[in-house]
Amino acid sequence: MINIVGAGLAGLSAAITLAKDGKKCSLISKQPSERAQSVLAEGGINAALDTMGEHDTPQEHFEDTMRGGCYLADEEAVRGLTENAPEILNWLLELGAGLNMQGDKPLLRNFGGQKKKRTAFAKSSTGKIIMTALIDEARKYEVSGLITRYPHHELIGLQVRGETCYGCVIHDEYTDKNICLEGAVILASGGLNGFFDGLTTGTVQNDGSASVLAFEKGAEAANLEFIQFHPTTIAISGKRMLITEAARGEGGRLYALLNGKKSYFMEEKYPELGNLMPRDVVSRESYLISQRAECSGVFLDMSELKKEVWQHKLSDLRNECIHYLALDPQKEPIPVEPGIHYFMGGLKVDKNHQTSIKNLFAAGECAAQYHGANRLGGNSMLGAIYGGHLAAKNAPTDIKAVIDETAADGDDIYLEPNRETQMREALVYGLGIVRGAPRIEKALEMLRGIEGYGKNARLWFAEAMLLSALYRRESRGAHCRSDYPNRSEEFQRPTTARLTGGNSRYNERTVEIN
Amino acid sequence: MKVIFEILRRKNAEEKPYIQNFEYEYTDPLETVATALKNINESLPFPDRIRWECSCMQKKCGACAMLIDGRPRLACDEKLADHGERIRLEPLKKFPPVADLIVDRQAVFDSLKELAVWFENTAEPSEKRADTVHEASRCLQCGCCLEVCPNFSTDSKFKGMAAAVPLSRLIAEADEDEKKRIFKTYSKNFYAGCGKSLACRDICPAGIDTEELMVRSNAAAIWGKKRKK
Ligand SMILES: Cc1cc2nc3c(=O)[nH]c(=O)nc-3n(C[C@H](O)[C@H](O)[C@H](O)COP(=O)(O)OP(=O)(O)OC[C@H]3O[C@@H](n4cnc5c(N)ncnc54)[C@H](O)[C@@H]3O)c2cc1C
Ligand code: SF4
Ligand code: SF4
Ligand code: FES
Repeated sequence: MINIVGAGLAGLSAAITLAKDGKKCSLISKQPSERAQSVLAEGGINAALDTMGEHDTPQEHFEDTMRGGCYLADEEAVRGLTENAPEILNWLLELGAGLNMQGDKPLLRNFGGQKKKRTAFAKSSTGKIIMTALIDEARKYEVSGLITRYPHHELIGLQVRGETCYGCVIHDEYTDKNICLEGAVILASGGLNGFFDGLTTGTVQNDGSASVLAFEKGAEAANLEFIQFHPTTIAISGKRMLITEAARGEGGRLYALLNGKKSYFMEEKYPELGNLMPRDVVSRESYLISQRAECSGVFLDMSELKKEVWQHKLSDLRNECIHYLALDPQKEPIPVEPGIHYFMGGLKVDKNHQTSIKNLFAAGECAAQYHGANRLGGNSMLGAIYGGHLAAKNAPTDIKAVIDETAADGDDIYLEPNRETQMREALVYGLGIVRGAPRIEKALEMLRGIEGYGKNARLWFAEAMLLSALYRRESRGAHCRSDYPNRSEEFQRPTTARLTGGNSRYNERTVEIN
Repeated sequence: MKVIFEILRRKNAEEKPYIQNFEYEYTDPLETVATALKNINESLPFPDRIRWECSCMQKKCGACAMLIDGRPRLACDEKLADHGERIRLEPLKKFPPVADLIVDRQAVFDSLKELAVWFENTAEPSEKRADTVHEASRCLQCGCCLEVCPNFSTDSKFKGMAAAVPLSRLIAEADEDEKKRIFKTYSKNFYAGCGKSLACRDICPAGIDTEELMVRSNAAAIWGKKRKK
């Protein structure tokens, strides 16, 4: 038995891979797959399918991904990702995923950081449409008994002895009962949105607690300082809404109002890729220009997009803007700001997606793999599907152990709203688009002043994020240091963070960064 | 602006439900019921928090379906300003209660298992059918349509629109061989029981044009077949 925690793209991909090999798994998620963050993905998924007559190749996809990630991602892993991408897309088509097509081939669109059309899409609801296909496929194996769903269950404990994982404890949110499950564990629990509750484009379900649990058990984290700000988001009730990069891929233009005059700042500064530079660059430029005294806002102008584009490629986006913003993007520009969107960092994994704890795997957004210092749009759905597949291929199926409920941690992996807010304030203060030592140090001070610091794993994890940002004394990708504006050879490697002091929570423990 | 939420509460399925009122103030005319619930919860001690399901906050996941002033809606879709000074929140009624505003919607997923909603063979995607497939893939499995459907109950053979929408994806893309099985399922577990009142279309928070999908599925699975006979 293998236990998969998370039923988004990575979890489903892992479960289906196992089932196809005739292996059993439990698929655990706080809510059913239909509610996972993966259904929110909008713009598309990358693969060098070369259906647009541009002679695209996996080699170019590889190069763009490495360059976009500022050469921090593991080359071998990215090679595997980009070479397997076309096969993954063909598999999705076999499952009937309703992508936009041209004859019997998927249409591809332009996306940031890539010169060729490489992003397959389903209007602006690509994640939902792919999820539907994978959910239907998984259902087949649920009925045959290979996949057992636990769809309202939260991971509350990992059984780790020495440096090996033997199983997990989950909590049924409906009946309030705990269940102990033996076997290897694949975490597919999504990004760290919960650390920035209300301020990200993602879901409130991904509170990051599964990553915190693993970290508390001694798993190493990597690259936690790399947080992707998406350049075009806007605050709506309770969260930030994303305006997909596809809006720019289809011709949308960013401008800043400087003394009342439009400045198409991306096109002016970067004539080649313009509005479609990688996200780190667009967000930073947008932030910097918005800080100028004469600037009264940054806007996304989509009014020149053809009617056909609105109808067939971005209809969902238009409806959303009208509903949540009371703005019609076909007629008026949308005021946008960079917002937290994706976590390049997460649990550190090897090429088989195993964490530093044996038999504990991680895939999808909770793992730090493929995206280096900056993720290219369209690569994360791909990375989730591919990573889930690899984890499933490599996880051992023969782990036998007696799991007892005491493996579940107490309350010291959570924070109640009040302290959670204090933690969030510290993180927001220290981890902005542009950050420097004084701010990060002040944030650390704020964090260490929170009641229970030194005993609570969630606070340690937050500390690891800040310490990673302090440690990387250079600017690279999404990590922009005001005091170290240049890239440095010395830091051409991942930052790792771990909790030292053994894995009893009664010991003195500290966060160590390397 | 001030509103009073009247919320139907219960600790668990066994306990008798009761109404609890919460006074709430807001300023943003676009604020949703979901945001209000989140804010109210942040002010309550953990054991007293109102239990409800929530994920995307953007009407894209179906988690937060509940009765709002008697109608099944998504809390993150529903703006406070569109309601009066008192807003009543209750759990959906057709599904077994779990706690407060949470119900167990397992029946929705069980229907899809029972009807074998998946491809045994390779699907046949094409540009021609892409729009139908896209629309049919958008179902949130939220259960709002089932709540208003006069013919659906969790133990009926008729599975309602929440099953017919996913089925219409299969109808559009299945190969010749597999179509037979899917047409039969559609006919037996949906077509035969649907009264075509279209209450489902008017309520669907995803704005799925269930009528159009039904017309297309009927054309393929029901009329197409009869013509051949
Ligand atoms: C608005 C938006 C648009 C995006 N657009 C794109 C795009 O166009 N292209 C692209 O490639 N990427 C896009 N992304 C990113 C991409 O969607 C995600 O990175 C990807 O879907 C993550 O998949 P996942 O399987 O890792 O996790 P998720 O889909 O987030 O799933 C996480 C799962 O883990 C479960 N879970 C979490 N914690 C626990 C716990 N403690 N116990 C039990 N279960 C738990 C959840 O219930 C859920 O099932 C977008 C993201 C957002 C927010
Ligand atoms: S048309 Fe009427 S009977 Fe048929 S599914 Fe919709 S609500 Fe139910
Ligand atoms: S058809 Fe609409 S109302 Fe019914 S479950 Fe699907 S999304 Fe919800
Ligand atoms: S929270 Fe996802 S639909 Fe309301």
